[in-house]
Parts: sequence; structure tokens; C-alpha cells
Amino acid sequence: MHISPVLWQFLVKWLNASALFPREASTIAPYADALYFFLLLITVVGLVLVGVLVFGFSIRYRKEKHPVAVQVEGSTLLEATWTIIPLALFLIVFVWGALLYFRIYNPPTNAMNIYVVGKQWMWKAEHPGGQHEINALHVPTGRPVQLTMISQDVFHSFSIPDFRVKREVIPGRYSTVWFQATTPGTYHIFCTQYCGTNHSAMIGEVTVLSPDDYDKWTQESTSGMSLAQNGERLFASMGCNACHSGSAAARGPNLAGVYGSKLQLASGSQVLVNDAYLRDAILNPSQHITAGYAPIMPTYQGQISEDGLIDLVEYIKAMQTNYRVQQTLTTSQSNQTAPTTPGTVKP
Amino acid sequence: MSATHTIVNLPDQRTATIPKRNYLNNEDGLLSWLFTGDHKRIAILYLISITFFFFIGGAFAGLIRLELLTPQPDLVASDTYNKFFSMHGIIMVFLFLVPSVPATLGNFLIPIMVGAKDLAFPKVNLLSWYLYWIGGLFTMAALVLGGVDTGWTFTTPLSTHYLNTHVVTAATGVFIIGFSSIFTGLNFIVTIHRMRAPGMTWFRMPLFCWSNYAASILMVLGTPVLAITLVLVALERLVGIGVFDPTKGGDPLLFQHLFWFYSHPAVYIMILPGMGVISEVISTFSRKRVFGYTAVAFSSVAIALFGFFVWAHHMFIMGVSNYSALVFSLLTMLVAVPSAIKIFNWAFTLQKGSITFETPMLYAFGFLGLFTIGGMTGVFLGALGMDIHLTETYFIVAHFHFVMVGGMLMAFLAGIHFWWPKMTGRMYPESLSKLAAVTTFIGFNLTFLPQFILGYLGMPRRYHAYPPEFQVLNVLSTAGATVLGVGYMLPLLYLGWSLKYGAIAGNNPWQATGLEWQIQSPPLTENFIETPVVDHEAYDYEWLAHKTAQEVTTVG
Repeated sequence: MHISPVLWQFLVKWLNASALFPREASTIAPYADALYFFLLLITVVGLVLVGVLVFGFSIRYRKEKHPVAVQVEGSTLLEATWTIIPLALFLIVFVWGALLYFRIYNPPTNAMNIYVVGKQWMWKAEHPGGQHEINALHVPTGRPVQLTMISQDVFHSFSIPDFRVKREVIPGRYSTVWFQATTPGTYHIFCTQYCGTNHSAMIGEVTVLSPDDYDKWTQESTSGMSLAQNGERLFASMGCNACHSGSAAARGPNLAGVYGSKLQLASGSQVLVNDAYLRDAILNPSQHITAGYAPIMPTYQGQISEDGLIDLVEYIKAMQTNYRVQQTLTTSQSNQTAPTTPGTVKP
Repeated sequence: MSATHTIVNLPDQRTATIPKRNYLNNEDGLLSWLFTGDHKRIAILYLISITFFFFIGGAFAGLIRLELLTPQPDLVASDTYNKFFSMHGIIMVFLFLVPSVPATLGNFLIPIMVGAKDLAFPKVNLLSWYLYWIGGLFTMAALVLGGVDTGWTFTTPLSTHYLNTHVVTAATGVFIIGFSSIFTGLNFIVTIHRMRAPGMTWFRMPLFCWSNYAASILMVLGTPVLAITLVLVALERLVGIGVFDPTKGGDPLLFQHLFWFYSHPAVYIMILPGMGVISEVISTFSRKRVFGYTAVAFSSVAIALFGFFVWAHHMFIMGVSNYSALVFSLLTMLVAVPSAIKIFNWAFTLQKGSITFETPMLYAFGFLGLFTIGGMTGVFLGALGMDIHLTETYFIVAHFHFVMVGGMLMAFLAGIHFWWPKMTGRMYPESLSKLAAVTTFIGFNLTFLPQFILGYLGMPRRYHAYPPEFQVLNVLSTAGATVLGVGYMLPLLYLGWSLKYGAIAGNNPWQATGLEWQIQSPPLTENFIETPVVDHEAYDYEWLAHKTAQEVTTVG
């Protein structure tokens, strides 16, 4: 029988193009794979052991060879053996797995931050420098990258298999994941949490560039406005600056340098000001009153999109002085009270 | 320790006859079945019902695999595909796996095994079957009216705010089925506590009773949490109470905690009764008591207890605190130990036995292999760092299919073949059923082993379309599903055939020791003519040999 050469070629190409093992494209991947191979090893050993026991006994004690069963009650020694050895192995796996978990989820302090917003059915990546991408993500090799992610609607999950990282993207709260890419190339991004009709179309590509290429890419693809600049505009247009002006008599707390500090709340508790806190304080101010201030801030729930919140958070994060806030404020006030000098004639 | 020798010979089946009076012909007519209080008849009603739903759920599995034959979303629209896997999951979990062994084999056998005439509450038992069907009809209604696409997990806020399908109808169905399961569990617990025959102490009970007892505890304590969760989902969807909605101050992770608080123990509800079947089958066909009876009995209870405290291992990547991640991972490792103990105890039950390889034994061997893989891959997923890469991919799909289908379904089929002579009075055809067992095993491995590789490659679950480099493995998996489908159709056909044409089985075709084998097959409606008095332990083959010898002397 002959297989047609066309079909043969197709088959060969098809088999060659198929994948069997994911690429190792991040610094985490080798660590994850090491644990994976260890687990595979104990699985295979366990399976072979069970197989040898079952088949060995089956052959040796089959009825034709061993017509008379010998009743055995049990054996404490044997049973202790197969309690303690699996337990010990599983405890090793537990410790190893926990170490890997903290390696994957604790970002190094020098990681660059990129925001990701998930919504049905796309990923939006927002770089602090003002690059916006949809279903794509550009990152440099050799630098740790932290993703701060939030969902605008349902649960999603951000997964890059070739980096061995994944994190649920949850509505209403920031979650983070970090990685350091090692090899330039393009890799799949999948949404792995079922999120409705086009769940399987919520995919994208992460492009890993060498540091030089990455710099080139950042310059070429910026929208011209950084996230913080967008945030500054929002801060003024939503009237935040009216109370958070930084002056001594202001009705709202001073925001300059607040990021990263420990804040005393009116409820008596202390919180660390991070991205999540800033976002919550904008949406749910009555739950987050700074000690010494009146609970007068209205909620902004439903008035700002997640993108807008990211802009505001990024702005407040970067805010070191109130100079520009006050400048904006005076400009707007001077516009409102039209400067009329008595005795002069209006044009 | 004195080891004594036992020879047990199979009885002559040529002389066996179907007893004139038995539970099947005791009363006639459909109504006598629909209003029966007999646990054996209710078991048969359940068996027909779950088989019906199994093949509906199986049809959806077939459609899923057919769609995944190609990387493009070309067979059906995405919404339709989402409905396929949702219906597959809901039907298989709630309408097949949860009631499979307890409601059929458990219902039939537990009263007989403990030497009782019926379950403690026969009418509640019948009620549970009706509740099962009312729930099943709600689920079918959701299907016929246009389907539901939440997945079997009903994840909020997707299920509460974003989908326009029949979520509430399906949730109502599952809510009602839950009560059916609670009633079954309650019945078993009371029966095992209160209705054991004289001399039937806890440690003389067959291990099948122990494992069903452990599963019953899970049913009674876990299922109410599922009911509450589904009520909250329905309220959130209908009136927007905001328990799970972050914009109203709710917590979307709360749903995950509540759902998995039931749905992880539910996994043990599904597997524990299957483990009971395996203990009976392996002991019978090695003519040897189960190695370390006490360890196997207590490991069932240990699994049931630990099983309640591992639910958050479904949430490792969702941002649970570091402490709870550590605690739940550690407890997950601990719950794996009793399963390992059981596997080795079963393997050593074979040692020094006198082993034959009838169909139930082949299914049981299949169970041992597949459950070992299923259990070990559970350890992969319980390891925190490994879980990050593997969860929500085909790895997890393959893992729970190895446990649920490779484990539970193999055990269910082992049990159905094993007790078929008792339930119907007739034998199944031996060589055809061996073929079915081997086909199922091969088909199963071909279907689900490639999915482990796909999972490590990162292919997400519930994907309608996938990158083309995953196609070869998906084609293998679909090919395997076809073989598996044949493996499941075969028993349906030949077991149906055997009802009329099978050889007459006799009381104890396997020379097994359980009380159920000491009565006629099919049994009388009242099971025992006089209450049995138990003076021997479970799996006491010397007692059986002695008893058989006595009978022969009396007759001859």
C-alpha cells in the first residue's frame, strides 16, 4: 500500500509543527520544570511499583499456580512503611512547591510595573510611559516585569505558559504577577478562567525584545501622554485638587509622597498605602478616612473606568510635591473670578 | 500468626434456578415500581436513571471532542460549545457521579450487607429518587429551553451578571438534586448505626459499608453549603442582593470559598464509594481478606475528615493569603496519604491469594492503575508553585477525569458486573465483558494521557479554539474518546441482553463472603427470611468454606 507523497508531507509537517513541551522563556521556568520532573519521577516510580506488585502477585498467585489462598491479617510494619514513605515524599513536594510559589509571586523590588486590564474578551496593557496595547505585551529581556492586573467585569486569568506564570484577574481588586523573560521571541497569552462566549478568543502574544529593541519600541509606540500625565488631567477635571490641594487648610489629606507610607486611619487602624489602597480609597472613601479629616469625600464608584483609576493611581504614586496641583488650582480659580480691575474698560 | 489455608470452589451453576419469588416479581405493574419502598427496586430505578443521564452527558463529551478535532472553532458557535461543556459537567457531576455508586449499589447492598430488611427510612429513600428526577427535569428544562453556559462551577460574577442563559433553572435543578443526595446520605448513616444485625459490629462490616458511610457524612454535611451557595447565586441574579458583587460591597472570592467548600468534598463523595467496591472485588477474586482491614476502613474516614479542609487549593492563584495557601497545600498533601495507603493495601491483598481474573477484577485492576495516576497528579496540583502553571489547563481536566472516570467509573462498572448476578439473578457474558473492560482501559488512556501533555503546554480548559501546534495531541484524545465510547456502549448492550438470555447465576457465583451472597439471587423483597446472626468477620473465607462444606453434607 502506498501513502501519497502529498499526504506524507502533510503528516510530517503536521507532526513536526506540534508541540510536546513548552519553551523555557523566563527565569522561573527552569525552577518550575525541575519540580515537574521530580513529580513525574515519583509518579512513574509509584506507578511502576504498583504495577510490579499487581502483576507480580497476579502471576505468582494466580489460581492455577496457587489454588489455596493463605489468609493474612495485615502487617503493621508494611503498613507503616507505605504510610511514612509517601508522607515524607509529599512533604518534600509541599516544601518545594511552597518555595516555588513564593519565588513566582514575590516580585523583586526593582521590577518595572505594567498595568493590565482584562475585560470580556481582551487584554489591555498600559505601560507607565503611555504605550497602550491590546492583546499584546512588549517586554524587555533581563529585567523583572511586574504586572498589576484588574478585571473590569468577570474573573479572568492571565497566563503565559512559556514563562510558567499565571494569575487570576479579579473584578474589584488588583492582583500581581511578575516574571523576567530570558529569550526574545513571541509567546502565547491565554485567558485561562472561563469568562463567557469568546473565552477562547481572549488570547494574545507577549513579545520579548532585547533591551535595545525594547527602548526603540517604547519610543516609537508611545501615545505621547504617560499614565501619570493622564492621571493629572483626571485629577483636575474630577475636582480632586479642590480638596487634596496640599495646603494646610485643605479639606482632604495631602497626597504628595503618600504612596508607600503608613497611614493612620480614623478607625484607629494603620494601613500601608499601595495601589490597591489608593483605588479603594477613591471608590469607597467612607471606609478609608485618614485620621483628622471629616468623612466628606463622595464615592467615585461608577464614575471612573479601571483605566482612569490606573491613571490616577499612577499619578498619585509619582506625586512628590503639590506644586503643580496648586498651580493648576490657581489657574482655574483665576479663570473663574475674572480679573476685573476697577476703572478699566473691558475690551 | 497462624496462617490458615482456604480452598473455595465455585458452585455448579448448571443446577441453579431463578427463585420463584423475588423482589423483581413480587409485585407487578409500573405503579408497584413507582410507589415502592423496597431499597432494591429504588436502586434499580436509580440505575436506569443514572444510565440515562450518563449517556446524555457522554453525548456532550463526544460533541466536545469532535469540536476539538480541529484548532478552528468550526463545528459549532462558541456559545454552543460553552453550553456543551457546561451541560456535560453539570449532568456528569450532579446527575451521574454523585449518585452513581451510593444510590445504586449502595442502596441495593448496604441494608443486605448489614443484615437489615431495608434502609431506615424507605419512604425518604423513594422521595430522594423523585427529588433526583425533579432536579434532573429542571436540568433538562434548562437544556431544552436553550442551555446554560456557566460551566458546572457557576462562577460569579459571570453567572450572576453577564450570562443570559437559563442559569436559575439549572441552579434550581442542582439545588433539588442536592436534597436527594442529603436524604440518601442520611438514610445510610442511620441504617448503618441502628439497623445492623446481631453480631454485626462496626469492624465486621464490609469495607463497602465503611466507605459509603464516610461518603454519607460528606453528603449530609457538605451539600447544604452548595444549596445555600446556589440560593445566593439565584438571589444575586434575580434581585441583585450583592453578596458577591464588588460594586455593592460583596466579595467575588466568597463564592469560590462557598462553592469549593462543597465541591471539593464532593470529589470524595464520588470516589469513596468506588473505593468500597474495589475492596470487595479484589478480596473476592483473590479469595483473601483485605490486607489491613482497619487501615482501609479508617483511611476512608480520614479522607472524609481531611476532605473538608482542603477546599482553598482550588484558589491558589486567586490571591488567597500566603498563610492559607501554605495550610491548604499541606492539608492537601496529607489527604493524599490515606489514598496511597489504600492502593498498597489493595495490592498486598493479592499477595498469597488465589487469583482469578473475571471482569470485575479487570475493572478493579484498571482502577488501581488509573487512580494511582489520578492521585499522583493531584499531588502535582497540590504543590503550590506547580499549581500556578497547571491549574485551569488541560492538566487539571486530565487529572480529575483520571480520578472521576478512570477511578469512579471503573469502580462503578466493576461493581455493576460484580453484583449483576445478585441484582438480576443472571450472569453477564464473560468474554464480551472482558473485551469491554480492556477497551475502556485503552480508550481511557488514549483520551486523557495526551491531555496531561497539553496541560503542561498550557492549553487552557474550556477553550473552543486552540493554537494549531496543539492539534496532534487533541486528535489523539478525540480518537481515544471514540474507543472509550465503544467501551461504554458494550456493557449497555450485553447487560441488557443478559437480562433475558444470561446464564442463571445461583446464590453465590463468586464464592464471596458478604451477607448479600448468602441469600438467593435475586433476593426476596424482605432480604432475609430470618434475621441473620453474624459470628465472623468480613472476608472470612474459612467461615465460607466451612459453611459450604456443611451444606454439601446436609444435602448429600
